[in-house]
Amino acid sequence: MEAGRSPNIKIITNAEIKEVSGIAGNFFVKILCYPRYVDATKCTGCGVCAQYCPVTIPDPYNQNLSLKKAIDIQYTQAVPSSYSVNPDYCLFLNRKECKQCTRACQTGAINFDQKAEVSEYHVGSIIMATGFKECDAGSIESYGYKDSQNIVTGLEFERISSASGPYMGKILRPSDLKKPQKIAFIQCAGSRTQISGKSYCSSVCCKYAVKDAIVALEHEPDLDITIFFMDMRLYGKGFETFYERARKSGVTFIRSRVSEIKHDKDTEDLAIEYIKEDGTLHHDTFNLIVLPMGLEPHKENYSLAKTAGIKLNTHGFFQTGLFNPLNTIREGIYVAGGCKGPMPLPDSVMQASGAAVCASELLKKSRGMLITEKAFAEEISIDQEDLRIGVFVCNCGKNIGGVVDVAGVKKYAETLPGVVVSTDNVYSCSEDTQALIKETVINEKLNRVVVAACTPRTHEPLFQTTIREAGLNKCLFEMVNIRDQCSWVHAYEKEEATQKAKDLIRMAVAKAGLIQPLAEPVIEIIPKALVIGGGLAGMTAALSLAEQGFECYLIEKTSVLGGNLRNIHYTLEGEDPKLYLNELIDKVNNHNLINVITESEVESVNGFVGNFHTVITGANHGTDREELKHGIIILANGAAVYEPDEYLYGKSENVLLQHVLEERIASGQFIPAEEDSVVMIQCVGSRDDNHSYCSSICCSMAIKNALKIKEINPATNVYILYRDMRPYGFHEDFYKDARDRGVVFIRYDVKHKPEVTEIDGGVRVTVRDPIINKDVVIDAKILALSTAIIPRKDEKLGKALSVTKSAEGFFLESHVQLKPVDSYVDGIYICGMSQFPKPIDESIFQAKAAASQASILLARGYVKTEPIVSSCDTDKCIGCGICEYFCPYNAIKMTRINKKRKAEIVVAACKGCGVCSSYCPAKAINMGRFTDDQILAQIKAFGDSRE
Amino acid sequence: MPLLLVTMKTQTYNNKLIGAVMVVGGGITGIQAAMDLSEAGYYVYLVERSSAIGGIMAGLDKTFPTNDCAI
Repeated sequence: MEAGRSPNIKIITNAEIKEVSGIAGNFFVKILCYPRYVDATKCTGCGVCAQYCPVTIPDPYNQNLSLKKAIDIQYTQAVPSSYSVNPDYCLFLNRKECKQCTRACQTGAINFDQKAEVSEYHVGSIIMATGFKECDAGSIESYGYKDSQNIVTGLEFERISSASGPYMGKILRPSDLKKPQKIAFIQCAGSRTQISGKSYCSSVCCKYAVKDAIVALEHEPDLDITIFFMDMRLYGKGFETFYERARKSGVTFIRSRVSEIKHDKDTEDLAIEYIKEDGTLHHDTFNLIVLPMGLEPHKENYSLAKTAGIKLNTHGFFQTGLFNPLNTIREGIYVAGGCKGPMPLPDSVMQASGAAVCASELLKKSRGMLITEKAFAEEISIDQEDLRIGVFVCNCGKNIGGVVDVAGVKKYAETLPGVVVSTDNVYSCSEDTQALIKETVINEKLNRVVVAACTPRTHEPLFQTTIREAGLNKCLFEMVNIRDQCSWVHAYEKEEATQKAKDLIRMAVAKAGLIQPLAEPVIEIIPKALVIGGGLAGMTAALSLAEQGFECYLIEKTSVLGGNLRNIHYTLEGEDPKLYLNELIDKVNNHNLINVITESEVESVNGFVGNFHTVITGANHGTDREELKHGIIILANGAAVYEPDEYLYGKSENVLLQHVLEERIASGQFIPAEEDSVVMIQCVGSRDDNHSYCSSICCSMAIKNALKIKEINPATNVYILYRDMRPYGFHEDFYKDARDRGVVFIRYDVKHKPEVTEIDGGVRVTVRDPIINKDVVIDAKILALSTAIIPRKDEKLGKALSVTKSAEGFFLESHVQLKPVDSYVDGIYICGMSQFPKPIDESIFQAKAAASQASILLARGYVKTEPIVSSCDTDKCIGCGICEYFCPYNAIKMTRINKKRKAEIVVAACKGCGVCSSYCPAKAINMGRFTDDQILAQIKAFGDSRE
Repeated sequence: MPLLLVTMKTQTYNNKLIGAVMVVGGGITGIQAAMDLSEAGYYVYLVERSSAIGGIMAGLDKTFPTNDCAI
């Protein structure tokens, strides 16, 4: 939606690339644009055409579980919001008859004379972000997806459980629209297979199956849900706790690969046979089976790669490198997201930002040449005008409308004092409702707007922009959350939910009567950056900023750059980490815009976005303290390796950490001999009481070292003792390779951890193998422990910066999915292992993403802050200083006015939390948009009689 | 912006580098790239094969872990 509003983004739909010529910085791209048969400038999105269209077709948006018309819109909130004709089904286009839509359309928008057109565009760079598709469930013959309606794919199940889906959010099975009591999820459908599907792991299916199971249980708490899996691959931040939550809420997990599904033609139920790990055979019957399908590349990738002159990997995704995860072989063309391999959403978002910054580095000299600033109409003055409030009530499809009587609420709102107009809308966030709001503000001369819909956290800025476009100050707006607070929490009490919605709206209208326009303070930004941490992520971020023309300080605590990457000697992919690291260090050291400061630490950070003052101390400064001034901060101080006090670590010289083994292999200190045995234990200190999370990289690291040992001496025995093997994505291929080469994988249960005793010349490892249910005893020369990756305990830095951390102790991003590199403090970005343990390529693209977000601010040169800051009435202020004491953001300074102590608000640092205002004994401090008067009016309105 | 104007402007300002980027694919990745680039000072052509942008994420019900609406 925001993309649709930018004056600098032209959206070209129904289009594909036909030809790419030219060189980096200067490409010519020919685009073939298929006709919509609807003039987008005339279409109002009213939908009358679809009502008259006689052709009904399956709706791909609802995974073909429901029907739509041959002229339609993809989904209600679609951008652009104009309808289009499906040429495959339209009667007129195929048989020259009908044209019902043309007659029905009031604005004459339908135009069957439109032809496919080729146009040429001149651009400096191209970013490929064509995504992935779900594997075809029908290709797994033994599951019989095509024969039973009650076997659905993961995406189909998403639509089933969606409130805007075909069953309005009720969990029903397609064959008889009855509630299924027993649901099974079968993992690795189409993934990790040599027979029917893909050899790689699709990375996301375990995660979304667990999410779907939890969401389904929220809809219907009495469902009986079983998940059949090989390894639960819930790597990454927060997912292990999510897994725990699913187990606690009653989801059954069974480790078994289901080979066949049998259909009962009479009951439409589905029977499966499966073998548990201990070898026992079981039978079970389910009412509905979900196949969380793997992800595969689009077939069109082949032609697209040919057109663009770039390469595909063996799996048909766009090829990139470990150290250049966003670059193709053609300079100036970058790739991001699911088109280069299966990945979860935050990775796609980070790669998108990363690819954007790659283009920005290339084109920095022409930054700002072709864009126009968005111009707003002048603000309408509302002084001395009577109140004219408009109330817009949202149905959110069935999300709100299914519980709350929205039409009734809308009618009620009309009766409130000051309200001149009230409407109810299907989706208030859709493009056509924005147009309606704008129109209503202008036609009805509204001077306050109230929207009753979802949460202001995600949607307030959208509505504020809309009323600003109509000429109103963005603070003349109130939002009521009747979704979370009414229809969601009171889903079973429809009348009370409706009544509560009315109460909340009455309160908001009362407050709206008192709200005033406020100005947005503008802060200038010092065009310099500070990057903390000289490892891979920090160096990548600094180099990216410098390449874009921004000056950068890079602080490293130790005497050398490189961080954890110094411990890596070879990679699974075969690329040389030492070579890359040395090149990177050279580039960073020799860049004239990067000021590398080693052996230094941050002592204090003052200031706020655009204007930070950081004091650093360290060996190079003697006793001097150096103060740096900069506009933004990128945190990249990495992570550390956990040193355990179990498995004889530190007691036996034969017990090593995994990276020490790697070093010994690389340096030739350990040369594997035929009689040697090497044992590796996974999850040491991970996924247990020490650290609840999965450290994400240890499985691949163990496989890497095991393969290296086998490469040097195929006769050396290597055993990997694991809980779940999680080499996600394309690393699955290396896992298979390791098994083929004779690496022995033995699973252990966390309740029966392996036992280690010292013997002559090594250690004896005893592990309970669950398949044979017996102890296996291995005498090993080396025991390598894959220990957890833990956050750095840097107390100095922690004190200097009040950046929020997650429960695990890593820096917390402000939105897990959509803002994965923003910290909770404006102007401070996070990347690399300080955010969470991750492999090389992920660190690189995350660092690039952080550089992208930072460079947006640095390039713009200013930032507007929210007007919800506090203000102090110096006449009332008694100078007690309690506000300064309690302010968590250092946003209040005590100054002297006419020799009297008074509080002064540092607007740029204020976050609008309201602590000062609530403590002020003299009631001298007021919050913008939340004044005492406004809140009192709200409370009073709550007490007023209902209707 | 019409093609002609783009070409004229770039010839006037810069002989080599064009301050515009084409993003192919209108899913969440493409949209994020387009937003970043436009905010960083580049004109963006967002090319989508279907009739509307949004991609697969527009069809997701809720997202981990906050259960926020995916739209």
